[in-house]
Order: sequence, then structure tokens, then C-alpha cells
Amino acid sequence: MSPDAIDHLTQASYLAASALFIFSLRWLSRPDTARRGVLAGVLGMTLAVVGTFLHPEVVHYEWIAIAVVVGTIIGVPLSRVALTAVPQRTALSHAFGGLAAGLVGTAKYSLWLGEGELTTFRMGAIAVEVILGFVTLTGSLMAAGKLQEIIPTRPITYRNQNLINLTLLGVAVVAGGWLIVDPTQWQLFPVLIGMSLLFGVLLIIPIGGADMPTVISLLNSYAGLAAVAMGFVLENKVLIIAGALDGSSGFILSVIMCRAMNRSFTNVLFGAFGQVQAAAMQGEQKAVKSGNAQDAADLLEAANQVVIVPGYGMAVAQAQHRVHELRDQLTKRGISVKFAIHPVAGRMPGHMNVLLAEAEIPYDELFEMDDINPDFAQTDVVLVVGANDVVNPAARHDKSSPIYGMPILDVDKAKSVIAIKRSMRPGFAGIDNELYTADNTMMVFGDAKAVIGDIVKALSGGSGIH
Amino acid sequence: MHQLDLWSMAFVFMLATFIGFDVIRNVSRLLHTPLMSLTNAISAIAVVGSVIIAGEQKTTFSTVLGTIAVAASITNIVSGFLITDRMLRMFKKREPSK
Repeated sequence: MSPDAIDHLTQASYLAASALFIFSLRWLSRPDTARRGVLAGVLGMTLAVVGTFLHPEVVHYEWIAIAVVVGTIIGVPLSRVALTAVPQRTALSHAFGGLAAGLVGTAKYSLWLGEGELTTFRMGAIAVEVILGFVTLTGSLMAAGKLQEIIPTRPITYRNQNLINLTLLGVAVVAGGWLIVDPTQWQLFPVLIGMSLLFGVLLIIPIGGADMPTVISLLNSYAGLAAVAMGFVLENKVLIIAGALDGSSGFILSVIMCRAMNRSFTNVLFGAFGQVQAAAMQGEQKAVKSGNAQDAADLLEAANQVVIVPGYGMAVAQAQHRVHELRDQLTKRGISVKFAIHPVAGRMPGHMNVLLAEAEIPYDELFEMDDINPDFAQTDVVLVVGANDVVNPAARHDKSSPIYGMPILDVDKAKSVIAIKRSMRPGFAGIDNELYTADNTMMVFGDAKAVIGDIVKALSGGSGIH
Repeated sequence: MHQLDLWSMAFVFMLATFIGFDVIRNVSRLLHTPLMSLTNAISAIAVVGSVIIAGEQKTTFSTVLGTIAVAASITNIVSGFLITDRMLRMFKKREPSK
């Protein structure tokens, strides 16, 4: 085949791949067509890769083959992690995406520098690609570390933090700008890389664990934009399209996460959330009403409408399957059971839905915050399992609370609330919860898995009495 | 590169971003975690650029960087598609009441 014909074939494969990627995301919009979306994605990827191998410049395959084997060896175990670890895995894959973009940009710089082909535009695109790529790399590694709790989840702060961070970014941008003016100043390139790597680290360490859903989404967006920049460097349109899809997806998810916590981007990035605990709860401590599993079972058995509010604590205690048993026990008695999912339940967007789906809870029983909030006033019993800040009524009225203004699940409006908790210790964001001292709340202390197991036992034991 | 190429790429970027916003907005919140892992796998299309750099073997430096980039992208492709499918298989509707 003539080189021209090959080029047409390659471009055709990229065109088809781009269409398939769009179909892939379109099919993902509903659970019943979602798996078809994965298939379209795989097909598109395969086409694009085959099209690239036709490329006349690809002459050696041995290193590629080794890289493919290595990538598969790392990738397969990464796809089998526990679902609680999916946020860390996602952060890691953002890091890999950033790494690939940063390295390709660096390689292209060195090649074009040698060939004297660094135009202003190419240099500009490379600078953007390298900054975004390496910031995403270290930023995502930090986020993964925090999610895995290798790095402290609390915000790490120091004096003049924002000034220092912005200075680092400024130095990187100036180095990039200088390189655009004079690309032969290669000494500046390591500066560009170093500053970006450092900025990525320092950008994430002051952000608290509670903000990780937003941070992951934002890093997702950066990884996508890094791919777009790579597309501009390599003049490759399928890269631009796929990167733009990824970038816009990450952006939308970050906006949803920010809204769900009533925060702005700047506030998440520069606010060191949860660090300043507003003058820790003044006034005398209110008494807490507590009960045991039997009390909880009695309360639940007498109800007609039950809403279960799961939080990340439920997943930590591995209580999902017990929750499923409890749901079965209650529905068997004709009690209506719904699940209320706050957008930031879990540690990444949609995390809680996946955790409950794994426990075989049908997805049509999962309700989003806006859909279920009007129902709480007619609900007899709300069972809170491992959720904390997202059910704290202080968000509605206490202006001094760090979570003031955050949309919450209005569980306190239900007739009674049962909250299962290990102790009175504050949650992930480190804020006291006044729901626990409310008159209609009964606390059941203990490990969520054990407590729910006991409730299920109490219910099944006394099933004849009802 | 021609000036025209730059502009056509900018147009592609702009249009793809609009399509992205539109398509993603319609994704049910139920599936936002699989959405992130799927878009992650898709944007690992960066493998295309890495393969060229690793395969043209112009300098040792660029070959090494290209090879690492291929490995990183393949990791994302393999783990991204596999875990998305694994999660999606778990989403089931309520069985029709007996």
C-alpha cells in the first residue's frame, strides 16, 4: 500500500474510534445499556490502536510488546480491587494518564529540539501538556495516598501555603513562557517538570479527606485536558476528542460534587476544609439516647416506611450484605424500604451506588437526595448506617458550622431516627453532629456489621409476633 | 505545521467539549463511578501517541519515555475497561414481585 493509502486508513480508524467513544458514553447513561457502552469503548480503542500500528513511522515493536505486557500485568490486578478501594484505583489511573502525557511531551521536546523543529505553537502545546501531565501525576498520587490512608487524610497546612503554591506554579508558567520564546533554553525544561511535580504534591496535601470526591473529579478533568494537549502536540484529533470527553466529564462531576458540599472550586483547592473547627461546640453536652439491637428491631418492625441512609462507614465495616438481609427482612413484612444516597456518600462520585449494587440491592430502590428529601416527613424510621456529615442538621441552621449551607438529607424530619455508630467520635470531616443528640434519635453503638446482624436476628426470631 | 491545522484542532476540541457536556449530563448519577473509570480508559487513547514514539525509536531517551508511556496507558486501558464492566454487571433491577 502507498503511504498515502495507509494514512487514509489510519485516519479512518481514528474517525470510527471517535464515534464509538461518543456512543460508549451515550450508552453508559442508563444501567440497561451501560455494558454495551464498555463494548463500544473497547472496540474504538482496538480500532485506534490497529490504525496506529499501520503508521509507517512505527518500525520497532519489541519495546511496545514489553510495555503492553507490563501494562497488562499491572492493569489486571488493578481491575480486581475491592470496591471500597475503587477511588484509590481511579486516582492511580489519573496518575498514569498524567505520567503518559508528561513523558510524551518530554520525548517530543527532546526530539524536536534535536531536529530544530520546535515552532512556537508546538512549544506552547508541549509546555501545557507537560505542566498538566506532571501536576496530575503527583497530585493524583497524593490523592490516592490520602484515600488509602498512607498519607494523613487531614489537611496538611503551613504558613503562606497558597502564596508558596502559586509561586511554584508561577515559576513553571514563566519557564514555559520563556521556552516558547526561545525553545533552545533546554535547561528550563527540567525546571518546568520539577515545578509541576512539586506543585501537584503541594496542591493536594492541604485538602482534607472529605473533599476527595471533588479532588478526584478535578484530577480526572486535568488528566483529560493533558490528553487534549497531547493531541495538539501530536496533531492527533482522536486524542483531542477522547481527552475532551474525559475533561468535560471530570468537570461536570466536580461541579456536582462542589454543589453537593456547597463549596466553590477555589474554596476546595485553597480552603483547607475541616481544618478550622469552629470553636468546638460550646454549651453543655446534650444527653444521648442509646438503645440496643432489640430496641432498634422493635422500632423497625412497627414501621410502615423505612429509609436507610448508608455512608462510607457502612462500607468500612463491610456491613453491605447485612444491610441487604435487613432489607429482605423488612420488605418481607410489607414494610417499604428505600435507600437515600447523598451525592458525596462514599469517596468518589457514585461510589455508594456501586457498593450497594455489589451487595445485590436493586438499583431502583436507591434514591437521590433531591428525590427522597420530601419523603422524610412521612417516614417512620430512618436508619443511618455509617453516614455522618450528610445527615447533620447543623448544615441547615448553624452559621458557625463548617458545613453550613451544604445540602443534606433531612433525616431529622422523620418520626424517629436510628443511628448506628462505633462511638461519638466525629466523622471524616471532624465535625460534631447534632442529629445524635436530637430527641427523636436513638443511637445504637457498635460495629455496623455486628449491630445490623443482631437487628436481623432479632427480627427473624420474633417474626411470628407481628 | 500549517496555521489551518491549529485552527481545525481548536474547532475539534471545542465541538468535542460540547458533545462531552451534553452526553455526560445525561448519565444517571447511579453510574458516576463507572463513568469515571470508563472515561479514564477512553482517554488512555494516549497510547496512540506513546506507541509512535516508542516504535519509531529515534533516540534512546525518547524510546524509553515512550515505552513507559505505553505501559502506563495500557494499564489504564486494561484496568479501566475491566473494572467498569465488573461494576456494571452488579447493577440489577428488583426482581418482579412473586
